[in-house]
Amino acid sequence: MHVAVCVKQVPDPSGVGRLDPATHCLVREGVEVVMDPGDEYGVEAALQVAEATGGDVTVVSMGPAKALEAVRKALAMGAARAVFISDDRLRGSDALTTARVLAAAIARTEADLVIAGTESTDGYTGTVPVAIAELLDRPALTFAKHLEVGDGTVRIHRQTEVGHDVVEGPLPAVVTVTGGINEPRYPSLKGIMAARGKPVEQPTLEELGIDPSTVGLAGAAQRVVAVEPAAQRAAGQVVVDDGTAAARLVAFLDDLKVI
Amino acid sequence: MDFELSPEQAAIRATCRTFADEVVAPQAARADAEAAFPYAVVGQMGQLGLFGLPYPASVGGVGADFISYLCALEEVSRGDAAVGITLEAAVSLGIAPIYHYGTPAQQERWLPDLCAGRRLWAFGLTEPEAGSDAGGTRTRAQRQDGHWLINGTKCYITNAGTEISAGVTITAVTGAGAGRPAISALLVERGTPGYEQGPPYRKLGWHASDTRELRFADCRVPEANLLGRDGGGFSQFLRVLEAGRVAIAALSVGVAQACLDASLRHAQQRRQFGRPISRFQAIQFKLADMATQIELSRLMTWRAGALIDAGRPAGRFAAMAKLHAAETATACANQAVQIHGGSGFLEDLPVARYYRDVKINEIGEGTSEVQRLVIASHLLGLGGSVSALIGPEEPG
Repeated sequence: MHVAVCVKQVPDPSGVGRLDPATHCLVREGVEVVMDPGDEYGVEAALQVAEATGGDVTVVSMGPAKALEAVRKALAMGAARAVFISDDRLRGSDALTTARVLAAAIARTEADLVIAGTESTDGYTGTVPVAIAELLDRPALTFAKHLEVGDGTVRIHRQTEVGHDVVEGPLPAVVTVTGGINEPRYPSLKGIMAARGKPVEQPTLEELGIDPSTVGLAGAAQRVVAVEPAAQRAAGQVVVDDGTAAARLVAFLDDLKVI
Repeated sequence: MDFELSPEQAAIRATCRTFADEVVAPQAARADAEAAFPYAVVGQMGQLGLFGLPYPASVGGVGADFISYLCALEEVSRGDAAVGITLEAAVSLGIAPIYHYGTPAQQERWLPDLCAGRRLWAFGLTEPEAGSDAGGTRTRAQRQDGHWLINGTKCYITNAGTEISAGVTITAVTGAGAGRPAISALLVERGTPGYEQGPPYRKLGWHASDTRELRFADCRVPEANLLGRDGGGFSQFLRVLEAGRVAIAALSVGVAQACLDASLRHAQQRRQFGRPISRFQAIQFKLADMATQIELSRLMTWRAGALIDAGRPAGRFAAMAKLHAAETATACANQAVQIHGGSGFLEDLPVARYYRDVKINEIGEGTSEVQRLVIASHLLGLGGSVSALIGPEEPG
């Protein structure tokens, strides 16, 4: 089975992100960038499906030129090829534009299954994968912590608060995966060297059939008008144990109706 | 001039950094305390491709360059220097001689397993009375009935005595050359009758690495186990050690970086006089000096590595890189313990291990004194030859 997997390069989540005060865009220059850790689960899931079914994986990504590193990491992990859309005109694009670009790129592949992380670790909109599904007119199966592919169908376990739902849909489909679904492999050193020779197609907006005037900050349907720091939480209550702390904690939790 | 790593070098470095943080470093304290050879880590390193990193795919390697290997070695050693030396000895001393000088038959027999990390090969040069002074080699090998008959003792040998050790390349006197003994290299498989291994040494550091004495008593190996040409041993091990020294420099940079990382963390957490000790200039200057010397060591290591990748003579720069990186690492470990204060003296934190592990870098694969002699020999137009610099032996 041919699988497409979406990856995104993001500022290293272990660092502290910064927003440009004028544009409210995330500052991506001069910071450590990595493949979104959530996408590593997506790549691993895609590779496992491809390996189990004798298929291959195409990486699909949109981002600045430097984001090619994240694409190469996915290739080093074992993906066969990549479609990478990098165009300065895309800078500042919103989630819908991103989905339009990725959907157009995915439509050029033969992928029966599209896998993506649930949400990016920088933007956190969580809307791109389902928007891709809508644009491609495919069902979206979200929050998968387990994924299996059958004859013309895909079945997932969707994480819920009390357990999981089993959700099945026809292929082709779009699936988003959560962090617990697998243990992403290290890109082997042989894989890193082999990635150099794997094809990376870099189509232009025009080749994808996307009107450049509808992308970027100007073409965004969504605009960030202001950014305010989150309100600081009030200081917590400290319970000093004088022998009655356990009882007081129980009373506190009882008041909250959580026990 | 561009000091950037290539995309492949950077990716290999990043992968090895993650691997070192997630796999190598967490096991280091326990393996050190128990002096237990890290079989599980070695197995994972083999799967990752670390042992075959700088060798071509045609012999089972990864096909990356020497700089990539140096990056990998630095990262692994930052996690655990004992794992670092296990990797270095396997790649630079075990595989390199067979890769550079082995016949196709010798290469086919051993390199696939060695490059995959399934087996380890050792290198036996040092003897009780010989090391950098190879002329003092006492181990002898005589041709006899289509075999070599080997007698002698080798000491401080890494990777010869593990459960996955396959054999050792030894140097032995095989005859008299022009004015000095003819030294040749021979492959001795583990298990050959007459090849005995001593118990593991009790060492100051590198507890988890395998280091032993090897004894050869009428040990017979087939004539076909000669590595390279008869009498070619001296020039072979000079080349092997040249690259090996750069690798030890990378290992040293890794330990020094670990010392700086730990010191930076501690200095920002530890509070005295109402502020983190990182706010004191006395600590800031130590951190700045460590960072500067580490950066210089890394640059020099990569400089020497780039010469090796280009196939150009690297002897002088290899000696400079090892000298500077090893002495820097020792100084960084000393200051790291100092910055940690009393907690640096306890085995609860890794800096105490760094302090014990680091000294050997000034000794193994040529002491700092020998590196200075090599550098001086180059400066004085003697081509790096230490014996030419020192002159004939004094009677006595």
